[in-house]
Parts: sequence; C-alpha cells; structure tokens
Amino acid sequence: MNRSIRKTIAYAVLIIVSFLCLFWFYALFINATRSNGELASGFSLLPGTALVKNWNSMLGCALPVMNSMKNSLIVSFATSLLCSYFSIMTAYGIHAYCFKGRKLFYTIMIGFMMIPRQVTALGFVSLMDKMKLMDSFAPLIIPEIACPIVFYYMIKYMESTLPMSLVEAARIDGASELFIFNKIVLPLMRPAFAVQMIFKFVESWNNYFIPTLILHSDNKKTIPIVISLLRSANFAEFDNGLIYMVIAFSILPSVVIYLFLSRLIISGITSGGIKG
Amino acid sequence: MKKGKWGILFISPYIIVYLVFTALPIVISLYRSFFVNYWKGLIEVGPIFSGLENYVALLSDSSIYTYLSNTAIMWLLGFVPQIVLSIALAAWFSDHRLGLKGIRFFKTVIYFPNLIIAASFASLFFSFFADGGPVNAFLMDIGLIDKPFMFFSNTWSTRGLVAFMNCTMWFGNTTLLLLAGMLGIDPSLREAAEVDGATSWQIFTRITLPLIRPILLYVMITSLIGGIQMFDVPQILTKGTGDPNRSTMTILMYLNKHMFSKNYGISGALSTLLFLVTAILSLVVFWVNYRTEGRR
Repeated sequence: MNRSIRKTIAYAVLIIVSFLCLFWFYALFINATRSNGELASGFSLLPGTALVKNWNSMLGCALPVMNSMKNSLIVSFATSLLCSYFSIMTAYGIHAYCFKGRKLFYTIMIGFMMIPRQVTALGFVSLMDKMKLMDSFAPLIIPEIACPIVFYYMIKYMESTLPMSLVEAARIDGASELFIFNKIVLPLMRPAFAVQMIFKFVESWNNYFIPTLILHSDNKKTIPIVISLLRSANFAEFDNGLIYMVIAFSILPSVVIYLFLSRLIISGITSGGIKG
Repeated sequence: MKKGKWGILFISPYIIVYLVFTALPIVISLYRSFFVNYWKGLIEVGPIFSGLENYVALLSDSSIYTYLSNTAIMWLLGFVPQIVLSIALAAWFSDHRLGLKGIRFFKTVIYFPNLIIAASFASLFFSFFADGGPVNAFLMDIGLIDKPFMFFSNTWSTRGLVAFMNCTMWFGNTTLLLLAGMLGIDPSLREAAEVDGATSWQIFTRITLPLIRPILLYVMITSLIGGIQMFDVPQILTKGTGDPNRSTMTILMYLNKHMFSKNYGISGALSTLLFLVTAILSLVVFWVNYRTEGRR
C-alpha cells in the first residue's frame, strides 16, 4: 500500500540531511586546495591547484598553528587518559566495595552530573590564579579526573559486564586489591575505556570557553583559540585559501578518528544506558 | 571491615579533585558575588562587601533579559527542527516493516558533525556566508539575488545560521538516543497492535511516542543545558560582539565579557545564577532517570 511512498519520503529526507551534514566539510576541503584567486572566481566542486601553497603559507603565517596542534594533542590525550582511568577506578570503588557514604556519593554525583564547568567559571579562574596555574595546561587536564558523566557510564558498564565472582576468585587466590584492579578489572573494561577515551578526546579537542580564560601566551594556545584568532586577525584577510586551510587542518584529526572508529563511537553513544 | 577501606582509597582521587576543582569554584563564585570588585582602567575598585548589590545590579539591568531571550530564541530555533527531524529519523530507522537500507551509513553520516570543533564550524560558516563568500556568489550566479545578501547584518539570518549550525551538530546525537529508546520497546506491543490492524501512524502515536516520553524529556533537558552553554558558535561568528545590534549575544558570551573586563563581582553573581539554573535542570534529569530505572 502506501509503504513505498513512505519509503521514498524517508530516503529523500535522509539524502537531503546527509548532504547537509557532509557538504560543508567537502566544500571546506576543496576550498583548502584553491588559491585566493581561484576562490574569488566563484564556487567549485573540484579541487584547485594551491594545496601546497596554502599549506606553506599556513606554516609561515603569524598564527602558531602547528604549535597549537601539538598543545591540543597533549591536552586532549592527557585529559582522555586520566579521565577514563580514574573514572573506572572510582566506579570500581563504588561497585565492588561496601563502605559508609557510598550511596550518598553515588547520588550526589549523578544528581549534579549535568552541571557544566562553564557555570563555575569565575570561581574556577580565581582559584587557578591563586594556585599559580594560569597559562598552564594543568587546569584543563587535572579537573577532568572527576567527570561524573564518564563515571556514570563506567559504573553502568560494570554493572552489566563485570562478574564479581571473578574478583572474589582472585581474592581467594591471594591477589592484592591493587593487583585485581590493574590486572583483572582494567583489561575487562577495555572497550568502555576506549569509547570514553575517544569521546573525552574529542570533547577536550573542541573545548573553547575555559581555555580562552586560562591560556594567554601564544605558545600555550590550543587549536580552537587559534581558530578564533582567524576571525580577528587582519593578516589573513587577503588570503582565503589560507583561512580554509587552517580550518580544514583543525578538524582533520576528528575526521581521521571518525573514519577509523565510527562504529565504536556510534555504539558508544547509547550503550551503558542513557548518555548525554 | 578492611575491604571497605580499599573502596574509599579507590574513590579518593576523584573526590579530592571534585571538591577542589568543581565544588570549591562554586563556593568561590558565590563568595565573590557578595563583593563589589572591578577594574576601572588600571585601578582596582574593592573588594567591598556589598551583600546582594551585584545581584540587584545584574537583574535590574535589562541586558541580562535581552541575552536570556537571545539564548532562548536561538536554542528554540535549533531545537524544534532538531527534535522533529530526530523523531522522524529514529522512527524510520526502527521501523522493520519499512525496511530501510543503509541505516548504518546514515547513522554514521548524521553523527559526523557532532565531532567537528564548533569554533571551526563557525569560522567555516563565516567564510561561506560572508558578503563576498561562495554562498552569495552561488546565489547571484543562479540569479536569485542581484547583490550580495549581508547575512551577518540581519538579525534573523544571523540567528538562523547559529540555530542551523547547532541543529546540524546535535540532531545526529539526538536521533541515536531516541532510536535506542525506540528499539528498547517490547516488540510484542507492536506486533499485537499490527494484528489488531493498527496503521504505522497509529502505532507511532499511540505506542512509540508515549513509551519514549522519558527519553524525550531527557533529550530536551540535556539540550536545554547545552543551550544555556551556547557560546562557541555565536562568539566566533560575531567576533564576540553579538551583532547585529546585540541580537545574538548569549548569556555565556555576557559572562565571558564580564570576565575579560575583570568585573569580578558581577561575574560571580552571574556564575552563581547559572549554576543554580543548571543544578535544578540536572536534578530534573536525575529524577527522570531514576523514575525510568525504577520502572524497568
């Protein structure tokens, strides 16, 4: 009956939507290969000739692009690693042990799970100033050890996949608690570790609000800050090829991660219960 | 019991970091909000204890209401199409009778914009929609307009672009969450309705929608919290001015502005107000999750 009509509508909508999701980025990468003159002559769907030239002008321009790429990699990698490791450790502490205040801790963490760091901005920046941590990476990395959303994901994952009998058996064999955590629990949590590392990496890579308040010197800036400078700098006004090149370069790591790990990412969004 | 000590040891790094870097800043924001303290050129005024003076100053100025409504308008402009689209896509993906092919491909594509740096996406749109940019060139080529349309001088086109970007970045994520909810519905309910001769539309409105209401609420509140944090896109698109005529200035851009001009008292008051609002919304999420878990 009308099933084929509904199917046609569904496909039409899906194709339009997919186009709108991909077109901008396709056009971005195309534009990054075109010279300023080619860009001025109108829009094209085919690559231009200035890929190498734009790349070289990016390396030579006044913005610390390469350095900010390195900074972003350091911050994002350290953040995602520490956050995943300590979230698993905390989830294990709550999941596998009984102690006073365990329920209270869990309830408070889940209750305030959604509060973003942005809303604590003033206090956070004043504190970092007092602790002499301004213009360093520590304020972007260390606080993420305590990330309630990742903790929640880890504890849900543990509830569904970590058999306590295994832990008990290891205890009977005389394994220490630290040994059990590092050698038995962590390996079992590897899939969850990987998923949350990716999400945290991307989140940290994209982070803009707090880093602008913390990082001031040029050699400390991360990629999103450099991107924001594109808008205010006058030097780039006359070379659009350069602007597109810097933007394309900034999203390249995310694109590469997604090309290889999209299946893991897609399944990670919904596994382990509801996740924001 | 000895074992319990290990549990406390395992959670102590988390607790210490949480107390120092999340709880303490909230207290400091609150504390500083009670003092008048700002920089006037090179002279620091205060801190002088002033009770609720900062809150009065903040709430009696009409700016905060303008920025709140800007934020709300741009959030709604992005959220309404997003939720409609996400519900439709999730319903199609989960409908076995429809038998769509390539679902995994479409899921992968629609989630992709979520990974892109919002700052880069906004920069990209600024270049594309600039007066001499490719979009204007294209529109003139096909003869739709004679002279460039100044997207960033018009309130509604600027707000529309911000909303469009937010929608593009987040609808994939919303679709996947709703889809998980729809796939979690007991298939026998659906089969029973089909046996009784219900149409797809009836099944959708009478069974699917009511059963995913908790997830819908969850998606809505998390999106609202995201909306309150709206910053990167309008900040970069408008160079932090919120132009045209402050119509795209969001509440977080306002906070950012006060922090950069070292207006500590007002920033503290604004931080505290935003904390209260997001804390309440966060507790609503908690309550929604708690109720759904209880029912399972």
